[in-house]
Amino acid sequence: MTFNKKNSELDNASRRDFIIKGTLAGGLIIGIGAVPDLAFAQATAPHDHNSPTKYGEAEVNAWVSITPDETVFIRIARSEMGQGTRTGLAQLVTEELECNWKNVKTQSATPGHSLARKRVWGEHGTGGSRGIRISEDYVRRGAAAARMMLLEAAAQQWKVPVSELKVEKGVITHLPTGRKTTYGQVAELASTLNPPDPKSITLRNPRDWKVAGQPYARIDTANKVNGTKVYGIDLQLPGMLCASVKSCPVFGGKLVSYDEAKIKNMRGVKGVVKINDSTVAVVADTWWHANTALNAMPIVWDEGKGASTSQAGIDKMLRDGLNEQGDFWQRKVGDAPAVINESAKKVEAVYYTPYRAHVTMEPMNATVQIKGDRAIAWVPTQNGEGSHAALSEATGIPLGNCEIFKLDSGCGLGRRGSTQDFTTFAAKVAQQFPGIPVKVVWSREEDLTHDYYHPIAMAKMTAGLDAAGNCTGMHIKVAGQSINATLAPAAIKNGKDERQLQGFYENGPDAQLGYTFPTLLTEYVMKNTHVPVGPWRGVNTNQNGIFMECFMDECAKAAGKDPVQFRQALMQSHPKHLGVLNAAAKKADWDKPLPAGTYRGVAQFMGYASYSACVAEVTVQNNVVKVTRLVFALDCGHVVNPYLTREQIEGSVVMALGAIFNPEITVENGRIKQQNLDTYPLLKLAATPKVETVLVPTYDFWGGVGEPTICVVGPAVANAISAAIGRPVRNFPLSKEGLSLA
Amino acid sequence: MQLNVNGQIHNIDVEPNMPLLWAIREAVGLTGTKYGCGVAQCGACTVYLNGEPVRSCSIAVSAVGSAKITTIEALSKNNTHPVQLAWIALDVPQCGYCQSGQVMAAAALLKKNPKPTDADIDSAMSNVCRCGTYQKIRDGIHVASGQKKLVDVLAQYDATPATRG
Repeated sequence: MTFNKKNSELDNASRRDFIIKGTLAGGLIIGIGAVPDLAFAQATAPHDHNSPTKYGEAEVNAWVSITPDETVFIRIARSEMGQGTRTGLAQLVTEELECNWKNVKTQSATPGHSLARKRVWGEHGTGGSRGIRISEDYVRRGAAAARMMLLEAAAQQWKVPVSELKVEKGVITHLPTGRKTTYGQVAELASTLNPPDPKSITLRNPRDWKVAGQPYARIDTANKVNGTKVYGIDLQLPGMLCASVKSCPVFGGKLVSYDEAKIKNMRGVKGVVKINDSTVAVVADTWWHANTALNAMPIVWDEGKGASTSQAGIDKMLRDGLNEQGDFWQRKVGDAPAVINESAKKVEAVYYTPYRAHVTMEPMNATVQIKGDRAIAWVPTQNGEGSHAALSEATGIPLGNCEIFKLDSGCGLGRRGSTQDFTTFAAKVAQQFPGIPVKVVWSREEDLTHDYYHPIAMAKMTAGLDAAGNCTGMHIKVAGQSINATLAPAAIKNGKDERQLQGFYENGPDAQLGYTFPTLLTEYVMKNTHVPVGPWRGVNTNQNGIFMECFMDECAKAAGKDPVQFRQALMQSHPKHLGVLNAAAKKADWDKPLPAGTYRGVAQFMGYASYSACVAEVTVQNNVVKVTRLVFALDCGHVVNPYLTREQIEGSVVMALGAIFNPEITVENGRIKQQNLDTYPLLKLAATPKVETVLVPTYDFWGGVGEPTICVVGPAVANAISAAIGRPVRNFPLSKEGLSLA
Repeated sequence: MQLNVNGQIHNIDVEPNMPLLWAIREAVGLTGTKYGCGVAQCGACTVYLNGEPVRSCSIAVSAVGSAKITTIEALSKNNTHPVQLAWIALDVPQCGYCQSGQVMAAAALLKKNPKPTDADIDSAMSNVCRCGTYQKIRDGIHVASGQKKLVDVLAQYDATPATRG
């Protein structure tokens, strides 16, 4: 496949089209003096760190391009949605490249460009807290190789052995003579050299890092505070049309007919497009016109058999599932049910966790332009290559003639990765308007009622205790919906879906159970509905963390033991799990008494190859809960940016607390009952406790950061509440237990 | 129809029932003001009408009249409002989508109440952030108001201005 000419035209054209509006107009004086403290803050960010890589650009290698003015362009393949992966990867490259951080700018590798270069940038997917941990090795090796080539170029220029050279922050010194040159001066020659033998590349020991591992400021903050950052929803391209979409309110239902005549004379309307069997779009000059007309257009749906589904019916199906007997087991150590039955004491509890919606702050959207035999899309996506494939599949245009410009997303949370409905919809609409860029934006109502929801689940937990209060066996039986059944049916083997028991696995590296029970049985009873489900930050560690860790507290109480000590006794073969538990307990002064009226809870769990523990302190008055303190310990192996890691933990708290207290997503007559944030409110600042974090990296593995801690928030808080009110809480959200958050 | 946005008069041809948010975004062309819910719940669309913060998604453009509209793009020249400086210095934003509204709400709070307490912040800052940046928003307001030193806030996160790169 030859790409150069054709695609550089495509690339340049789309770059020209990529008009960023939003100039700073008219100053406003506010009556506060400038704060001298902040004088160092960078006021402007002239570079768009999401600029796409350029075809044919001179580069040292795929990861690094350096211009004569010493600007170091670092190529980032992963998506940025606020989690800080861009900054972290740039730190890792800077560390091995030994360039000057002040000169670093990033560019975004585009999927089409990557394909044309035999996937030189590897995977683009940014979910499962993998942005850094999956690519760190080849990214760091690429940077180290570039450093070696730059040094080799200087050595050739000076005709000296490379061993006589030293580099610091992009300045190369010939040690015997003191001569100096810079990366910018030797980059052109370096770009003509062969890459070094991979075996000759040695990476720095993370314990010796100078740039990585530091709490560096994000490189892409400045345009987020003055409205100039362009999200997908903000794109304004010449001649662009906008569309709003509506799918059958009942999942699985069909579009029967729509009355285009009723709206065709409405202002700005350009047409109606049937996207697929169940989805229609109205296209107009502006999105507000499109959405207004869509809401006015009579549509007849065949709602199908899903329309008879109620929340009570789904709940009953799950509850019945907990009592079904069958071949559901995934882990078996001894005969746990028999041992539990014969134990001195039997503990049993049933838990319930609901559907949850993502509600990314920026609603789903994508913009597509079909130009002859080529297609271009601008997509806020967590999976650039997934968007690329969806664009090609929807348009029938070969992948090689498709290109994706990934836009930084207004939240991802798992919604913009494996599900590419937004890309497909935009492609289908744009096909009807050849040559014209069409931006398809979902209304919040559409976004909330056509999500891929956090799966609903219940669990029956059963344990045995001997006379001394030691655990003799654990039986975990989960009934609920399967994400793979919606998104990846081939991953379900013989009716068994391991993914739904994330966190209960025998082995790592992803989500190993941190307890060694003398006997153990884990079972998953798949109970699917017509409601689509998908990954939601933390995925199945959310409910499984609640099931396991709330139940551990019930067991500890039945055993008359301290919750931390009860856990520790079962964790001696899991030193990393134990390490974070101990670190959190220590930081939270677990052994010291609390003020009257304040109660503690603890939880530990593993997900995304990282170990998390949390201690929560709460007060409960008249069934109103106030979370007064939250302490976390995280072992993610290596910490690339401790400041941004802490921010991810703080963010996970907000999402998790909202998930255990705020109203849930429910099904009524087959459709989602909650239409917008008035009936599906999200957690706000006033309810958010202060978060204290202790990072305890053990420097011997690479774990994720964005998701791991979310699953310990709920159980730690719930356990503190149970301690306060003297009874276990098992039904989520906690309104089902008569509790609310202050 | 005329709209006075950021000190400039814009002649726009729109329906009177168009929400101010969409007039700003699609007729005036300033996209810093965001659409989050359309029902005045999230605050991403916060702008000032004659200096008072309002949720522009729920005000018909016809109701604005000659009121002066200020959007995030005109909060300061060059990101120099103390709230913006604090937001940058502390990396308050994560994805950033809601932050236009957060910054406008925080700046409005400080204009009214230059030294807000935590309780004042709790009641004034009702904008939704799905990334969960609330702790840093609180820190940012304390720093912007001069009630906390940046260096002290950074110290809570094991950072100093010098280690921020």
